[in-house]
Amino acid sequence: MAEEAILGYLENHEEISDSGEFAAERGIDHAEIVNVVKSLHGFRFVDTQDIKRETWVLTEEGKKYAAEGSPEVQLFLAVPAEGSISKDELQKKLDSGIFKIGCTQAGKNKWVEMGKHISRKVQHVEDKVKDLLLRIQDGKTIDKDDINSLKARKLIVLQTWKGYSVRKGPNYAPKRKKPATDLTRENLQRGDWKELEFKEYNFSAKGPPPECGHLHPLNKVKDRLKDIFRQLNFEEMPTNRYVESSFWNFDALFQPQQHPARDSHDTFFLQVPSTTRQLPEDYVEQVKEVHESGGYGSRGYGYEWKRDEANKNLLRTHTTAISSQMLYALAQHAKVHPFSPKRYFSIDRVFRNEAVDRTHLAEFHQIEGLVCDRGLTLSHLIGILEDFFSRLGMSKLRFKPAYNPYTEPSMEIFSYHEGFGKWVEIGNSGMFRPEMLRPMGFPEDVSVIAWGLSLERPTMILYGIDNIRDLFGHKVDLTLMKRNPLCLIGIR
Amino acid sequence: MPTVNVVRDRLFAALGRTYTQEEFEDLCFSFGIELDDVTTDEAISRKERHEEEKANENEEIIYKIEVPANRYDLLCLEGLAQALRIFNKQDKTPTYTVANISKESMHKMQVKPETSSIRPYIVCAVLRDITFDEASYNSFIDLQDKLHQNICRRRTLVAIGTHDLDTLQGPFTYEALPPQDINFIPLKQVKKYRADELMEFYREHDLKLKKFLHIIENSPVFPVLYDSNRTVLSLPPIINGAHSAITLKTKNVFIECTATDLTKAKIVLNTMVTTFSAYCKRKFEVEPVEVIYSDGKAYVYPDLSSYNMEVPLSYITGSIGVSFKAEEVTSLLNRMQLQAEQSVSGADQCNINVSIPPSRSDVLHPCDVMEDVAIAYGYNNIPKRKLPSLKPLALNQLEDLIRVEVAMNGFTEVLTWILCSYRENFSMLNKKDDGSTAVIVGNPRSSDFEAVRTSLMPGALKIVGHNKDHPKPIKIFEVGDVVHLDESKDVGAANRRLLAALYCGTNSGFELIHSLVDRVMEVMGTPFVPVGDNTGYYIQCSDAPEFLQGRQASIIYKGKCIGIFGIVHPEVLNNFDVPDPCSFLELDIESFL
Repeated sequence: MAEEAILGYLENHEEISDSGEFAAERGIDHAEIVNVVKSLHGFRFVDTQDIKRETWVLTEEGKKYAAEGSPEVQLFLAVPAEGSISKDELQKKLDSGIFKIGCTQAGKNKWVEMGKHISRKVQHVEDKVKDLLLRIQDGKTIDKDDINSLKARKLIVLQTWKGYSVRKGPNYAPKRKKPATDLTRENLQRGDWKELEFKEYNFSAKGPPPECGHLHPLNKVKDRLKDIFRQLNFEEMPTNRYVESSFWNFDALFQPQQHPARDSHDTFFLQVPSTTRQLPEDYVEQVKEVHESGGYGSRGYGYEWKRDEANKNLLRTHTTAISSQMLYALAQHAKVHPFSPKRYFSIDRVFRNEAVDRTHLAEFHQIEGLVCDRGLTLSHLIGILEDFFSRLGMSKLRFKPAYNPYTEPSMEIFSYHEGFGKWVEIGNSGMFRPEMLRPMGFPEDVSVIAWGLSLERPTMILYGIDNIRDLFGHKVDLTLMKRNPLCLIGIR
Repeated sequence: MPTVNVVRDRLFAALGRTYTQEEFEDLCFSFGIELDDVTTDEAISRKERHEEEKANENEEIIYKIEVPANRYDLLCLEGLAQALRIFNKQDKTPTYTVANISKESMHKMQVKPETSSIRPYIVCAVLRDITFDEASYNSFIDLQDKLHQNICRRRTLVAIGTHDLDTLQGPFTYEALPPQDINFIPLKQVKKYRADELMEFYREHDLKLKKFLHIIENSPVFPVLYDSNRTVLSLPPIINGAHSAITLKTKNVFIECTATDLTKAKIVLNTMVTTFSAYCKRKFEVEPVEVIYSDGKAYVYPDLSSYNMEVPLSYITGSIGVSFKAEEVTSLLNRMQLQAEQSVSGADQCNINVSIPPSRSDVLHPCDVMEDVAIAYGYNNIPKRKLPSLKPLALNQLEDLIRVEVAMNGFTEVLTWILCSYRENFSMLNKKDDGSTAVIVGNPRSSDFEAVRTSLMPGALKIVGHNKDHPKPIKIFEVGDVVHLDESKDVGAANRRLLAALYCGTNSGFELIHSLVDRVMEVMGTPFVPVGDNTGYYIQCSDAPEFLQGRQASIIYKGKCIGIFGIVHPEVLNNFDVPDPCSFLELDIESFL
């Protein structure tokens, strides 16, 4: 209302000479006018000049007397017209402050006879103080002497009044539109959204942080890898089996019982449950045979194979412990049904009894893929590795001859890392040995190609993490966990 | 797909037996047509008038049968009945013949050159010595209607005219004349109209014919057929003349099909004559008509010759996946109106010679023959061969779905170690080891690797302990395996997959964890039920040492405890150096499978 009044008035007038008068004429609180003028001035709608005026205003005490009468008149009226009243009695009739001041002033005015008993000296008095106070309240002027006496009695004080004279500013408009900060339901209901002018939004600051859940980066990468395996027609193996027997983890893979990997320095053996209770006995015989004296064209390792060693329970050192069981089951199935080729994969936890450092943990995730079919060649293995790793964004590969007890040939997979400017090892691969496959019961022309790598390494490269403990385990920084982006491998 | 309405009892009479509705539906299903609706003429007209009268018991049952869009031979009762009788081995496929008459005695149709600008083709035939009854007469009219609607594309491609030959005098002429020059009494009218006036009349008064006017109305000449007495046979594709209209008593029918598409015209003519030649005195014989164009070229219609195809048996067996013998294939094809015999060409190749009758214009390629073999054999008798496919791993897929759900509830996923210290797994959780719970490592390199976790709680609490400076609340979750000793397993231990979620803040967040339990149950489609009810889940106070008394509960799912949630016991918090209150949920997700 105040804003409309000011802008409206200036539309037809040169100036508002005095904001105080302007407010009084329109019955608007001056404080409100002042606020609006300040705001309009800020947006250069108006130009202003300060006006300062000093006026006398009533103190709280002054206001009280202006309403109720001065203490001296109150005291005078409390004294009976005839006779006298005892001081004590008079005191009871009046407020103590009023009595005290009243006595002084009425005495000074010689209106009453003071003493133990108090009586009137005159019959009529005028309340000049009250009249003066009322005049000041109404903004009228009074004598300098009267001012001084009221000031001395602390009934009035001098106050500085601030106001403005107001003229049109450079941005003057008869109506001001306030810039909107948001579109509200009310805007839509009133339909005034068409007129809204929006305050400029600060796009150089980020929005407030969202409240949301997050998936773990290892699992994001795992999810994409699973999708890549499915694109390549691989079926997931059930790897939810951490406790394994040495038989499936080592012996079935034609890994000799004296192999250093079977050392307690590398493998977690178990106190409880310490031994395997059950193994397929016919197959165990075949495995023992091939270890001790060979077969299927092999010389074997020529040592005394011990069942106790095979029965030792451990935490699996690789998911190939599951692969050996899956392949065994496949071979058993092929004994009664036509052999059907299979492609298997898994991504799950494996355990190594190793010292923990920036790049090694006692637990990590192994990615494993294998193809079991007739007529597979080393060329197929290189081909599928090319296909698999190029989907991970690693298309420049080369292969290094390596040793692995259960694969022959064995190849380490190297990829050229553009960022590091060098070849880095990214995985291991090979064709399973006949000494592993034939005792299971596979026909001679069935072979298996397989490869493996860790999940942590590509994830660390993808997310630029250089300490594995920042990625996995309880020492992770949750804030970092929350910031990791989508994993887009296999998509682009 | 076109729908044909047939009177049920007439159809059954034609099939030589009655069927229950279910039996008839089965027959349709195996032949590849469909009984779409069972109704009556009266019900159809009541529906059109939006009336709700009661049905009269004497109303004739109508079967509405859906037929494939390329089988024009099935568009009337006669064609349907014949196809089904042959399918049921009640009949053999008829051999259609063109009457052997001399060129001189053959009816002639002279085509004037002007027709080429508007409707250039015409094919004709005569059904000699035919006997209609009311039903077959109606069917004859209906078939023209169905053909007009389907293959004729609402008369744009082909228009059929049928005439009582005995009212006409050949030779006939097919001409194209300015509309003002054509005058005749059209069908269903009594007075003569000039063709241009007739068009206006139909535009105003005939809703049905109005739709066809556009085909010729903008042409300076209209196609028209005359006999030698200048009697108008028809003004195709709009209307026939009244003079030559056929009736129930008509004995000799002259059929003409004018067209913009000659192939379709031949199919339409063949469909008409093969279906209705069954009512002629000389069954399945059709009298030919010679069509003579102005350039002197002459053609005799109809062409009822069979189309012959040699199909290797191996193609049929290889495509269907059933190793038929040649005799089986020929007898199956005979049931589909295709004459077939075995032919041996060379030592190892066996072919089937198939003769496709003029009624089967839909057979284009050996694959159509192969399909008919499969239909006659019965799709549902073909053995199932599976293509290689991948089996899902249910537990892992469920885990992935649940992980996303919990993240959507605002929790951040963590992955913690499976190995932990012995104390973390027991005493730090206020638990005692009964010796039959946890897998114990025999050769741990450090105390961090003494035991395989039986709960996800220590890992979650360790994360909170290491993230003291992280803004509160902390909401984390993990789906992972724990291992329990299990005598029944070969190795004496077994994994279980658990979901754990933890809230840590200035207050315990117990209700928030409670609501996460409800949400997980909701997404698993499990109802919240009263205590003791085994059809859903309910919550019951529990007494576990790692949780605070009175603020902990078991989750009972289908009568079985599958998890627990509560405020973590202050002593446990202290053991893991966690200064803030925490609530924790642990749930066995394998129980959902």
